[in-house]
Amino acid sequence: MSAVRRSLPGPDDVTRVQFANGLTVLVRENDAAPVVVLQGALRVGSVHDPAHLPGLANLTASLLTRGSEHYDFDRFNETVEQVGANLMVSADLHLTEFGLTALAEDFADLVAVLADVLRRPTFPEEHVERVRSHWLVRLQERAQDTATVASDRFYEALFGRQHGYGRPIVGYEEGVNAIAREDMAAFYRSHYMPEGGIIVVTGAVQTAAVIERLQAAFGDWQSPRGSVASPMPSLVQGSQRHFSLMADKVQSDVVVGAVGPARGHPDYYAVRVANCILGQFGMMGRLGERVREELGLAYYCYSATLAEEQAGTWLAAAGVAPANVEATVASILAEFVRLASQPVEEHELADTQAYLTGVVPLALETNQGVASTLFNMELYGLGLDYLARYPALITSVTAEEVQRVAAVYLQPETALVVVAGPEAG
Amino acid sequence: MTDPNWMRTTLDNGLQVLLRPSTVAPVASFWVFYRVGSRNEIPGLTGVSHWVEHMLFKGTERYPRGEFDRLVARAGGLFNGMTGADWTTYFETFPADRIELALQVESDRMANSVFDAAEVEAERTVILSEREGSENSYFQRLVEEVQATAYVAHPYRHPIIGWKTDLQSLTRDDLWRHYRTYYAPNNAVVVAAGDFDGAAMLDRIAYYFGAIAAGMPPPPVRGSEPAQSAERRVVLRGEDPTAYLLQAFHVPAATHDDFFPLVVLDSILGGAKGMGLFGGSANNRSNRLYRALVESQLAIDVDSSMGPTVDPGLFTIGVTLAPDVDPRTVEEVIWGELAKLQEGDVTAAELAKAVKQTRAQFAYSSESVTNQGYWLGFSEVVASQEWFATWLERLAAVSAEDVRRVARTYFSPAQQTSGWYVPNDDALTGDLEELE
Repeated sequence: MSAVRRSLPGPDDVTRVQFANGLTVLVRENDAAPVVVLQGALRVGSVHDPAHLPGLANLTASLLTRGSEHYDFDRFNETVEQVGANLMVSADLHLTEFGLTALAEDFADLVAVLADVLRRPTFPEEHVERVRSHWLVRLQERAQDTATVASDRFYEALFGRQHGYGRPIVGYEEGVNAIAREDMAAFYRSHYMPEGGIIVVTGAVQTAAVIERLQAAFGDWQSPRGSVASPMPSLVQGSQRHFSLMADKVQSDVVVGAVGPARGHPDYYAVRVANCILGQFGMMGRLGERVREELGLAYYCYSATLAEEQAGTWLAAAGVAPANVEATVASILAEFVRLASQPVEEHELADTQAYLTGVVPLALETNQGVASTLFNMELYGLGLDYLARYPALITSVTAEEVQRVAAVYLQPETALVVVAGPEAG
Repeated sequence: MTDPNWMRTTLDNGLQVLLRPSTVAPVASFWVFYRVGSRNEIPGLTGVSHWVEHMLFKGTERYPRGEFDRLVARAGGLFNGMTGADWTTYFETFPADRIELALQVESDRMANSVFDAAEVEAERTVILSEREGSENSYFQRLVEEVQATAYVAHPYRHPIIGWKTDLQSLTRDDLWRHYRTYYAPNNAVVVAAGDFDGAAMLDRIAYYFGAIAAGMPPPPVRGSEPAQSAERRVVLRGEDPTAYLLQAFHVPAATHDDFFPLVVLDSILGGAKGMGLFGGSANNRSNRLYRALVESQLAIDVDSSMGPTVDPGLFTIGVTLAPDVDPRTVEEVIWGELAKLQEGDVTAAELAKAVKQTRAQFAYSSESVTNQGYWLGFSEVVASQEWFATWLERLAAVSAEDVRRVARTYFSPAQQTSGWYVPNDDALTGDLEELE
């Protein structure tokens, strides 16, 4: 048996090249399984939706695998599914992400399919209508789900509908109904380009061969012009309390939170540690301990951060019986106050730091885990040595820092409280 | 798939041990499967297995409530517990040098969980909250209705989380009795997969688990399902506007000779799913049901599913209907597809595709020691190691005639249970009332 691979992905085993057209490629060989994972993205997302057509980026991304120059819908499906591969494209806030997972024996051929769908989509009219009708039903389903409604309301209240951060990526019914084929084709022409794009490949490959194949597939792709700027979000937050009545539901969902640091902000690592203590460590941290274990109010009560390119959020969420909403909100706010007013115990801080650093090998076990990690490192410009630096970034956070960021971001007086569900018991 | 690099043994107290050392990544995963699930429950006590699972996180003498999760997390571990119809399982995945902690905590809570009365009460509302969360979904409610209707006698008809009335009345003694009956080494399988030395791991397992006394053999499951000879229907109505359909057919247990032909049938109808829980492809638009229902715009989504079970299980087809579509039309189309299979309309290419898709999914899934541990333990409880190890071979041996035969044997209107969720404002509501 070969020895266990203990080295972290880094400059010694990851090859990074940038094509002349601005596409960056990272490759790490891993012969542990006869599998190859490709993960990538282009710099176009829902933040680029025109004001009158929210959901355009999402719909455009959905059409890519429904017809391209060399692969119509049926041929695409057969080619990919025949060999049990996965090839998906989907829109996010700033990015349109794509992924390809295949057995090593099939990977090379599928790169050509990926290139065709990304570079030469045809937006067949028939599929425009099908995709539209699918998303309309999905929108309808989202509007039936208390957690989704509470979350949507939260982001809208913070950032407003004018910015992508304040809108669901899928947009709204009106916009989805209004989008025409030409809108998607035009959006594609003006926003899809190799500049700023990232492709990561890990698995049973040879680096030189992969780079050559990607160069052949993407190297001559030209951008129409430079990268498209994204508008900056501005904070809207007016009222601090929102209630979405969903009379037919049994349980309510609650979201309590505020803005948090963007990914590049100096507070990012302190917030990451503080958030873990607040609502993730073990069985959902302090929030889980208080709201679930002690009070028995909720099956889930946790905290989460979103740290995006331009801004972030820090929130707590729970699913509770309508009669328990007020008690839950009060408990969550009390935990915010506690974190902000008393330094965490040294052992509590040490435990969380041990978790955040200790769990890293689990995230890097599989090709997908490595690909996602390398992708994020490239996306945020963290450097190939990031994994070696990461433990110190976490362990250097002090109890005072945790308290400070809690006080800065989690202020009960200005925290947003969103509830979706039936009237209180 | 067949891997000479694994070991199995049974300790004197009856504990089955499966070890799969590997040297791919410096991680290790440890699982304990108890042979108890909702299939072991009786009316009035449904949900007890799942509640016992919750209580296993509520402390022992040595590790009071909160200690377990704190110790595991600070060691860089991930953990969870799951209750199924046939088993209850707990796992920890750690950086390889911390794996012994898993043996400590699992052996301790196998024997020494406290079941404190106040903790039982606090957990009652947590489990009710878990149940109520899924009650928010009409699709989940439909699943519960269809399951309870498809089975008239066998305990598989119970929801794993339990009926609400039972959750409100279960006592600490009920939970304690259930724990003492089923949580014994002779009713359990432990699995370790990952970066460790096999002999050393076996030694540690014997050290931690060997001293736990065997219990009485657990009582057998009573209640087998009589053959279904009447079509069963259930209609759920509500305010949510998205309509769903769920059909179910009885199929044999995982160990039956017809299981693999049915897996191929499932792959042709709804795409290959590999092993189910951690498998299944994101790309699934070339299967027969998608073409018949989604491309024809009767549905926006369709899914077929058949999980391996100890006792005869269900083959289900779930559909999210497009707006203003009559569920009877959807049923006709589904029957049209089943009829084709019953006529033997299966191509060699489809058979080969089922095998290749499954091979790919096993390859992707096998990268994770957590997945490996799950499938080794699952297979031991539900079928056998040989069943798992020969999966692809058995799939490849299925012929078009086999698929035709099982399509005829297990699928007929008299053998179906059909559930509809119909929105209240649906134009159909009036039509349907005329049928009743």
